Amino acid sequence: MDVLQLQKQFVDYRASLYHEGFLDEQFTQLQELQDENNPDFVVEVVSLFFEDSERLLNELTKALEQQSIDFKRVDAHVHQLKGSSSSIGAQRVQKVCIAFRNYCEEQNIEGCLKCLQQVKHEYSLVKTKFETMFQLEQQILTAGGSIPV
Amino acid sequence: MGITAESQFHVLAVDDSIIDRKLIERLLKTSSYQVTTVDSGSKALEFLGLHEGDTNDPNTPSVSSNNHQEVEVNLVITDYCMPGMTGYDLLKKIKESSSLKTIPVVIMSSENVPSRISRCLEEGAEEFFLKPVRLSDLNKLRPHMLKTKFKDQNKKQEKQEEKADFESPKRQEKEEEQQHQEQLLQQQSSNNKRKAVEEGLSPERSRPRYSGITTVV
Repeated sequence: MDVLQLQKQFVDYRASLYHEGFLDEQFTQLQELQDENNPDFVVEVVSLFFEDSERLLNELTKALEQQSIDFKRVDAHVHQLKGSSSSIGAQRVQKVCIAFRNYCEEQNIEGCLKCLQQVKHEYSLVKTKFETMFQLEQQILTAGGSIPV
Repeated sequence: MGITAESQFHVLAVDDSIIDRKLIERLLKTSSYQVTTVDSGSKALEFLGLHEGDTNDPNTPSVSSNNHQEVEVNLVITDYCMPGMTGYDLLKKIKESSSLKTIPVVIMSSENVPSRISRCLEEGAEEFFLKPVRLSDLNKLRPHMLKTKFKDQNKKQEKQEEKADFESPKRQEKEEEQQHQEQLLQQQSSNNKRKAVEEGLSPERSRPRYSGITTVV
């Protein structure tokens, strides 16, 4: 594929992520903060998000496996996950976190477990989406093109 | 230039989230501020040169009290929800300190809780930003930093100017230029792009109109 085709593929893919609700306006803000002097900013932030989220999901799994669940602790983790997903524009993850927090407040174990599954699923989806998008970017750069804004 | 460019403003950003620290750092650097980030209120106080009472940690040797700021900080921007010391606690400690209380403090929070917002503003926070914070929010910071930075400088300047002729054309020119700089800054904040500085300099605005005085800019 030539550069133009790669660029089109990338633009279309990125647009679909917004369309499907994976990404929101905040991700656009992140991209606008990237420039020639900070060319890896987005990848770096998203990588931090991956690490942080995986840590939080592990903590959540452990916390919900306890005999006596500490809902405050669960809520604290979800709050963090909600915050970080919001900061990078991972909208679908953020939305599940909102529902998750409500179940924590109600101390609803089943609701929490359901949300944990959902948030793991959404996280895994958006992770794949990001990775694909970054790969498409890399292909453009390798072919000597520039990444469309 | 109306605004002294001799030194950059230095902002201390406090947030327990590594993602948000990275984000706020980039936002601040894009706005041409010097940035230091820390992950807790206690580290923030340490950086500011204020040590939290002797009783808290018996393991820390009590250093001779050095309440002078090691590095000048022109503004503190802090997350509200943090484990241990919240942003509100940090705000209070700063405002209660004789050496630090003049430093403007801004609070950030992902939660829009009106009572929280008013409590922070009442305690002396200059602004309350909802997360995720945007570049346009940061444009509100400069006036607060300028206010504090130039308070002392203005006192000196006023003394010097008492001697100079108040009506002199040179001073008028400086004032007009300052106004133009402010206009440009305002436009910059509404357009939210650096390009606005060039776009704003339309032919009508670039030359202040003087009657009878030839101005060489």
